[in-house]
Amino acid sequence: MNSNLYALIGLAVAVSFIMALKGLSAPKSARRGNLIGAAGATVATLVVFFAPGAEHHNTLWIVLAVAFGVLVGVPAARKVQMTQMPQLVALFNGVGGGAAALVSIVEYLSSNGESKAAVIATVFTVVVGSISFSGSVITFLKLQEIMTTRPVVFPGGRFVIAGTLVSVLGTAVWVVQSGGNTPLLVMGLLALAFGILFVLPVGGADVPIVISLLNAFTGLTVAAGGYVLDSTLLIVAGTLVGASGTILTRLMAAAMGRSLFGTLFGAFTAKPQEAGAVGEARPVKSGSPDDVAILLNYAQRVVIVPGFGLAVAQAQHTVRELADLLSEKGIDVAYGIHPVAGRMPGHMNVLLAEANVPYEQLVEMEEVNPTFPQTDVVLVVGANDVVNPAAKTTPGCPIYGMPILDVSQAGNVIFLKRSMRPGFAGIENELLYDAKTTLLFGDAKDSLTKVVNALKAL
Amino acid sequence: MSSIVILTIFVLSVFIGFEVVSKVSTTLHTPLMSGANAIHGIILFGAIMVADKSTTVLTTSLSIAAIVLATINMVGGFVVTDRMLEMFKGKGGKK
Repeated sequence: MNSNLYALIGLAVAVSFIMALKGLSAPKSARRGNLIGAAGATVATLVVFFAPGAEHHNTLWIVLAVAFGVLVGVPAARKVQMTQMPQLVALFNGVGGGAAALVSIVEYLSSNGESKAAVIATVFTVVVGSISFSGSVITFLKLQEIMTTRPVVFPGGRFVIAGTLVSVLGTAVWVVQSGGNTPLLVMGLLALAFGILFVLPVGGADVPIVISLLNAFTGLTVAAGGYVLDSTLLIVAGTLVGASGTILTRLMAAAMGRSLFGTLFGAFTAKPQEAGAVGEARPVKSGSPDDVAILLNYAQRVVIVPGFGLAVAQAQHTVRELADLLSEKGIDVAYGIHPVAGRMPGHMNVLLAEANVPYEQLVEMEEVNPTFPQTDVVLVVGANDVVNPAAKTTPGCPIYGMPILDVSQAGNVIFLKRSMRPGFAGIENELLYDAKTTLLFGDAKDSLTKVVNALKAL
Repeated sequence: MSSIVILTIFVLSVFIGFEVVSKVSTTLHTPLMSGANAIHGIILFGAIMVADKSTTVLTTSLSIAAIVLATINMVGGFVVTDRMLEMFKGKGGKK
């Protein structure tokens, strides 16, 4: 292919990525934006086979590898439950980082006598790509709850982490100075270890911010890989993701009331936490579905606070049925959506949209908070951390400083919970022991169905 | 390519990246992150480039592994983003 034509197609693909990100920033154009990006990526993948100077080695293997990737990726993306989507995104991000690191390694192995700048870019790609890969695997394990969601901190941990980082940088200098394959391998392994150590101390509630950050990291890795391969397209696309990912990480941190600095360097400052007084039996008021139905029936305004538990129980449709029933009785119903309800910012909106809940009923935190004093009943379905007053009252607890839904201002609070188990962040919720709180234990979907039936019978 | 040209491309891309997402609503944080994640799957392009020139067993195996990983990232990323956004359709525009 003519090299000018090839470069122009690369430019068109880069533009399609800019349009994709722009489109994804507004609800109306989001889907189209994503499709434009996908089209651009497809064109790039086809055109690369006709690159000027292509040597056409391994073409069959390449096609088979792409086909295999499609066979793994598409079903995973299609079949994943919406509740498990954050960890899938984390995993996709991780494999992207791993791919970028591998590409740079291959380029390093095949060429002899790269320029110093190219070696530095290679080192950057391998280090950051490896961190992104191993870090994403840990976030996946945390979100999938294969391992504990609490911060994992061990005595002297921060010295181990700092030591690993210093060793990574040391071997990086070694690679740049003297080259050779062994230093590169050692550096890659150390970077993998650092990625693990870096994410382990991060608490469950901060995991989404880390995913977003690692996403930006992978973007920069791809950009550096573009430098190594002398590809403008990779430089532009990688930098776009790196820059927009950084902004997005900051916006997410702001929405959660977390400082980005605190999240990032939590690894270096985290102290082992004292185990909370678990298992201490304190009196709580639990009620029957009938009690809950009566409370709801005589309310004038009800706010439903959905959490991840609602999604896990697949109770979105039942909760909508309940809301419809209450509306028919002339009761004012709204959903109070915390920015990080679910597992990621905006996750709950996706989940409720899946159940056809009308957009107008979804009220964001800043708008719903002032209305709680006029609210008779708050129904908390499978949420915990986002209504935990400890975020305001207990300095030093993992969620301190996170804005919460002020449900304690309302007349009555009903918690639908499976058990007294604390939320994702792993902290006790004082509100459960409050006099105006009623607990309804059981599977969220089951409990809601019983409440709906009780309401119909009234 | 000269370093100065690359630096220019890099800096301008940073600004474009900052600009295009600066006003996104919380509702779209998750799909936007997922979409950006799919875009860096374009490393597939680079993976195919190196595989195309590879002549040893070691580099070929590594680059084929990179192609598999990058394809999963790119294709899976776009598909899962589309699935998320599909659920927003027909709900009217929320500002």
